[in-house]
Amino acid sequence: MNWAWIDSQWPTIWQEFGQHVWLSVLPVLIGLLLSIPIGALAHRYGWLRPPLVTLAGLTYTIPSLALFVVLPGLLGTKILDPINVVVALTLYTVALLVRTVADALDTVPDDVRQAALAMGYRPVRQLLAVDLPVAAPVIGAGVRVATVSNVSLVAIAALIGVPQLGSLFTQGFQEDFATPIIVGIVGCLVLALVLDLLIVLAIRLLTPWQRAGRIGRRGRSAAAAELAEVVGPAEVIG
Amino acid sequence: MITFDAVSKRYPDGTVAVNELTMEIPSGSTTVLVGPSGCGKTTSLRMINRMIDPSAGRILIDGTDVTAVPASRLRRGIGYVIQNAGLFPHRTVLDNVATVPVLTGTPRAAARREAAALLERVGLDPALGRRYPAQLSGGQQQRVGVARALAADPPILLMDEPFSAVDPVVRTELQDELLRLQADLGKTIVFVTHDIDEAIKLGDRLAILAVGGRLAQFAAPSQVLAAPADDFVAGFVGRDRGYRALSFTAGDGIAVRPEPTIRIGDVPTGADWLLVTDDDGHPRGWVDAAAHPGGTPVAEADLRLGGTLLGPGGSVRTALDAALSSPSGRGVAVDADGRVTGSIRAADVFAVAERTARDEPGEPPVPAPAVLSKDRPA
Amino acid sequence: MNGVWTFLSDGANWVGPDGIWTRIAEHLQYSVLALLIAAVIALPLGALIGHTGKGITAAVGLANLLRALPSLGLLTLLVLWGLTIVQDNPDIPARWGLYVPSILVLVILGIPPILTNTYAGIGAVDPAVRDAASGLGMTGGQVLRKVELPVAAPLIFAGLRSAFLQIVATATILALVVTLGGLGRFILDGPKSPVNPYGIMAGGAVLVAVLAIVGDRVIAAIGYAAISPGLRSNGRPGNRRRRPALTTRNDPAALAEVQQ
Repeated sequence: MNWAWIDSQWPTIWQEFGQHVWLSVLPVLIGLLLSIPIGALAHRYGWLRPPLVTLAGLTYTIPSLALFVVLPGLLGTKILDPINVVVALTLYTVALLVRTVADALDTVPDDVRQAALAMGYRPVRQLLAVDLPVAAPVIGAGVRVATVSNVSLVAIAALIGVPQLGSLFTQGFQEDFATPIIVGIVGCLVLALVLDLLIVLAIRLLTPWQRAGRIGRRGRSAAAAELAEVVGPAEVIG
Repeated sequence: MITFDAVSKRYPDGTVAVNELTMEIPSGSTTVLVGPSGCGKTTSLRMINRMIDPSAGRILIDGTDVTAVPASRLRRGIGYVIQNAGLFPHRTVLDNVATVPVLTGTPRAAARREAAALLERVGLDPALGRRYPAQLSGGQQQRVGVARALAADPPILLMDEPFSAVDPVVRTELQDELLRLQADLGKTIVFVTHDIDEAIKLGDRLAILAVGGRLAQFAAPSQVLAAPADDFVAGFVGRDRGYRALSFTAGDGIAVRPEPTIRIGDVPTGADWLLVTDDDGHPRGWVDAAAHPGGTPVAEADLRLGGTLLGPGGSVRTALDAALSSPSGRGVAVDADGRVTGSIRAADVFAVAERTARDEPGEPPVPAPAVLSKDRPA
Repeated sequence: MNGVWTFLSDGANWVGPDGIWTRIAEHLQYSVLALLIAAVIALPLGALIGHTGKGITAAVGLANLLRALPSLGLLTLLVLWGLTIVQDNPDIPARWGLYVPSILVLVILGIPPILTNTYAGIGAVDPAVRDAASGLGMTGGQVLRKVELPVAAPLIFAGLRSAFLQIVATATILALVVTLGGLGRFILDGPKSPVNPYGIMAGGAVLVAVLAIVGDRVIAAIGYAAISPGLRSNGRPGNRRRRPALTTRNDPAALAEVQQ
């Protein structure tokens, strides 16, 4: 480790870290906002689900590198424009979360759904006031996976020259110099860890009833949340 | 009044859940839809608040077709209680109960105040209101379910096997609680169960449905037991129906004989069972004088706990049970304060039961609300 | 899209040391090898954790840590170190300096999904089933082999497929390491090509996607043959809507359905 280099490069590293933060976080926020209505539709209309799941699976097979390079042509943006990275990662996030949202809504117990219907909820209000809050732990687990993998994927954009922590990897590789690479890896790990903790905290704040359930008997959604952590990227299913 | 007018439900796969059901469910009393699985009782119930839409026929509430208003508005005016309560796990008990008032625009604070009062009404400590459903027992959850259904003070309450997922002791408590509530509220309750005992206990009227959604009989429980409309009903109410029917005969005519009593600390004499009471005359148990060591006073540990008691207004069935469950063969009769008034013997109960049985079959069937069904004209 | 077709339909592009077939073979070789190694590590570990119920927190932490490691950073770092090692040790074939780090990066990518799905699948076996197996006189190892692993199979295969997808997609960055080739070469070199740059690059992406889908189907087919018919999820979409709420503790079939 060359500490003097780190010291001299600190402002640049800090700047790249900042870039990395918003390039990882923004796609999750946009992706989540898009996934909720799409996932809810896939949950509600069974026929929509297989094509959506297949589409999501196909999206995941597109190498991020290819997406970073193709998008400028499709969007009319410059190759170095960070927008390309945001759009590409939003696509991956949506691909992951649409399934998670649909599956999470499946975990809402049928008697809860029936009770809401019988009390006269209209569909949209029921989704917002009952279904989504009950499904929140599972959706949250999916958001954690999406966020952590985004942090890693953003780095690949360094190959096309968009500056962020990944730039330290290409720089170190070209200069045959390990220090920047290690700094970049540590930066990514720290960022992933901090974002993950923040999401866990947010989920806890949003679902106080989950802890209440654990005192008594294990809530179904708690078990389901555990499950969602297991779910990797969506798969191709015909 | 809820009117079913030739209502049918057929599913695309050809299953007929309900077949041309016509009946009139009177207001202000409890009507129990009862029958084996597959008889369409739940389907019929769920068509009232349009959770399911009929394939044919109409359902009217006080003469207005249920399809005349949007389903969500209709449902807000009908309470609904289901088997596992269906409480919202993410809301506190209080907010669960306040759901419908909040939906219909009541300010949250006011809705919560009313919700707390309702909790008390269904026999729950209002302090439970701050808990989440997962922190309650099954019986408590079910009470919250009832409170939630009552929150908007709907004239109609639909209950779909609400007590079948709790243990028998809690079930009995919940049934008693419902009877007490209904005596106060006088709602139009439509109750679905597959348990004939529950149906007899709770129903002012029974609608007995056969597989395939056919209405086999619509009558008061006493009449269903005394005069089943057909073999299906007779089979469904079971071999015990003669015994069950005793529930509907008052036990007033049974001779109550004087019963000598002793207290704890007295020395029993004679060779018979002796009834032990406390100082106020409340029964404590029986002691067998023949088996008791001579000359020693009766201690708490010597008591054989007695059977069930016959109170004022008890039925012949209760009286018979009191006699049969007592170790001495003599059932204990008590007054309204629970003090011993004397004892009854099974033979005397049988005499009353026999007299009743002789009198009743000759009686013309109680005129029941229209029992109309295409395949079974009344 | 025309460019993609031009690139893929020209037979000359498919043959030779830089041809498509060679690149596919390289890509597949790295991916399959990495998947196998990841499985050899993660399956027994996951089975042990699931069977004993111990170390789940550690496993979740490990999986999350591995997931958070940026593949590109890891690749560049390991290659730098690998090259230094082969330089200092002439006995080691020089090629290994690139090869081993590359495979290692893909292995690390493949471990989390296999590990988590294996222990979750085994943990989800109905305790009553496990009790019954012990009650029949099975030893711990027999319960694992004859009951827990077969019941967890749908979920384990879902994990393998998930791992393969990520490995195949990420193997494109191996192109960064020039001599290793793989389909990433088309994506990285395409834009620099004087003729049909876009077609070559997008064609490479299409080939990666096709490879991922074909591989996924193959693993799914192996899984279908290996999973007991009693546990296969019914693929009819109509069944999904009315699926009762998931209870991971006692319904691995439903659990697996979420995965697929």
